[in-house]
Amino acid sequence: MADLEIRNLHAAIGDKEILSGISLDINQGEVVALMGPNGSGKSTLAFVLAGHPKYTVTKGSITFQGKNLLQMKPHERSRAGLFLSFQYPSEVSGVTVSNFIRTALNARLPAPIKIVEFAKRLKEKMQLLNVDSKLVNRYLNEGFSGGEKKKTEMLQLSLLEPKLAILDETDSGTDVDALRVIGEGVTKIAQSTNMGILIITHYNRILHYIQPHQVHVLVAGKIVKSGGAELAHEIEKHGFDAMKAKEVR
Amino acid sequence: MDANAKPVTKSDVSALVALDRDVFDHADTEKHTYKSVPGLTEELVREISKQKNEPQWMLDLRLKGLHHFLRTPLPDWGPSLKKLNFDEIIYFARPDAKQDSTNWEEVPKEIKTTFDRLGIPKAEQQWLAGVGAQYDSDVVYHKIRDDLAAKGVIFEDMDVALQKYPELVKQHFMTNCIPVTDHKFIMLHAAVWSGGTFIYVPKNVKVDLPLQAYFRMNAKKGGQFEHTLIIVDEGAQLHYIEGCSAPQYNANSLHAGCVEIYVKKGARMRYSSVENWSKNTYNLNTKRGIVEENGLLEWVSAQTGSGVTMLYPCSVLKGQYAKADHISIAVAGKNQDQDTGAKVYHLAPHTSSIIRAKSISKDGGISTFRGHVKVIKGAKDAKVSVKCDALMVDAISVSNTFPYMKIMESEVDVAHEATVGKIDAEQLFYLMSRGLTEEQATQMVVAGFIEPIVKELPLEYAVELNRLIELEMESH
Repeated sequence: MADLEIRNLHAAIGDKEILSGISLDINQGEVVALMGPNGSGKSTLAFVLAGHPKYTVTKGSITFQGKNLLQMKPHERSRAGLFLSFQYPSEVSGVTVSNFIRTALNARLPAPIKIVEFAKRLKEKMQLLNVDSKLVNRYLNEGFSGGEKKKTEMLQLSLLEPKLAILDETDSGTDVDALRVIGEGVTKIAQSTNMGILIITHYNRILHYIQPHQVHVLVAGKIVKSGGAELAHEIEKHGFDAMKAKEVR
Repeated sequence: MDANAKPVTKSDVSALVALDRDVFDHADTEKHTYKSVPGLTEELVREISKQKNEPQWMLDLRLKGLHHFLRTPLPDWGPSLKKLNFDEIIYFARPDAKQDSTNWEEVPKEIKTTFDRLGIPKAEQQWLAGVGAQYDSDVVYHKIRDDLAAKGVIFEDMDVALQKYPELVKQHFMTNCIPVTDHKFIMLHAAVWSGGTFIYVPKNVKVDLPLQAYFRMNAKKGGQFEHTLIIVDEGAQLHYIEGCSAPQYNANSLHAGCVEIYVKKGARMRYSSVENWSKNTYNLNTKRGIVEENGLLEWVSAQTGSGVTMLYPCSVLKGQYAKADHISIAVAGKNQDQDTGAKVYHLAPHTSSIIRAKSISKDGGISTFRGHVKVIKGAKDAKVSVKCDALMVDAISVSNTFPYMKIMESEVDVAHEATVGKIDAEQLFYLMSRGLTEEQATQMVVAGFIEPIVKELPLEYAVELNRLIELEMESH
């Protein structure tokens, strides 16, 4: 049994079905890429996994390490080891990045982490991800550039040490240098913690830095093709239209 | 911002803020040496004055208050006061305790335990220059650091001050600042006032640590009417802190305090208060200060308790370059109507005022901000800045803003900004996706909302306030 098992998942917003029967396995230590054009349902899958109340699961199941994920609240999913890196993270005024991460960390610990110990870990991860020291004292995502937002997401990931991370369009709005640092940082974290990763991306820019074991192509709410890393190169060359054509044929 | 703010250790803070709703709501067994029958009569007013052995002028002032109170209707604006029954309130209740002890050991055990629970004696040892503690109608403990007393700083129970400094009191007590006939609840206050604080800081004396008074109402259906009169003489400096609470009863209580502050030439005064009366208290409080040339008056208020609050601290900027800074936070929860605000009168050139208010409404609570700023003709170069932000935690809560400005002078600089926000569902989901429960996520958004104000408070205060608001946010 895989750590994350998605079986015949159907999900909708209101009456509109967006995911139409997805099945997917991810294990700890694995990197799985989910690629697809805009509107194919990639981000919907990410939100459904994290438990966004806007989406209704109409059919199918998701288990995470044997537990029924669909019965868990968003915070329980997080504490169980699931992490979603948002494409567009919210701004929270008046709450510093560092205070936020410490609160999130404490929420899953039996006893609060000592401030000195937290500062040490935070500094370590900031170096790993090349995060500007001022960033953690700014209010969460308020006035951040696209790259700063994504780095803040990765900083949270690195300190919360999830078992499975979903990276939703981490490469959008990120420049090449930042993307390289993020890619290398996430790879290091994955290696040291045996974290599983689900990379959701439109392009395969991020896949240059994080090597996937498997690639799935999502079109119109269905996985139309699955393969190894070579599938990503194929998409880079021919685009998604070729996939759609194949599907029709 | 506050010269008097001193860093405190973490243990001080945790001792001070080991808050628990039970701490506030717990009621002591009632032991009184004198407790009036419910209701207000001329006989009672005369009895209060007689028991306190007051001079004739004070009795006259009380009777004048009563006379006008009985003939003045309730205000025709603001929250409904229909359920407030003046005939059910006990206006005068004297605890079975020695007045104005200077040693906590002399305070009856049960009363001392209450103040211990509220952390007052401990705070006194650690970061205050003096403490007064009032229980129902009487002040049971009062002490100021010896070196400050030696410098001529007076910090007394208002009743004692009337006996010891009759001229100083007569000159300032409900005369120019808040006259007896100001409004209905001030008339009532004048008639039945008891206890409170009197402070005089002599010229150029800077009081390095705050003086604090704590007002505790214990009697069921009680009323508390403490009078606070503060005179900060030329070039002097003071930070005064007031805390209030009352146990939770099923019957209504009434608080109608009066605070009068005189900030003389070049003096600085900061008045901070955390009001946490029980949810069945009508808190109809009046606070006003007169600021002379180059003086500064700062009001820092946090309003979390009471069922109905009407409180609009007022600054009268009388001298050139006088300044006022009003900072407030109000939290309105279930069945709470927090009607608060600020008033500033610019009566001289180069005066400036800043009003910053934040309000939070939740569980159907109503919070209302009323800003009233007046600049008279001739107050050239006056600067006014009003900023009020409201946050609604859910869809059933209410937030109102009533800004009022009357600017009679053309050479002024006026800025006004108001925002009303709701907690965003995406924001909550984002925080919850990091492991925070919905309640923790809401608390975090609320804490962030008030952060710009909290960060300007002295540490010990900021922590207390955060804890109080956290308590308010917890589901009951």
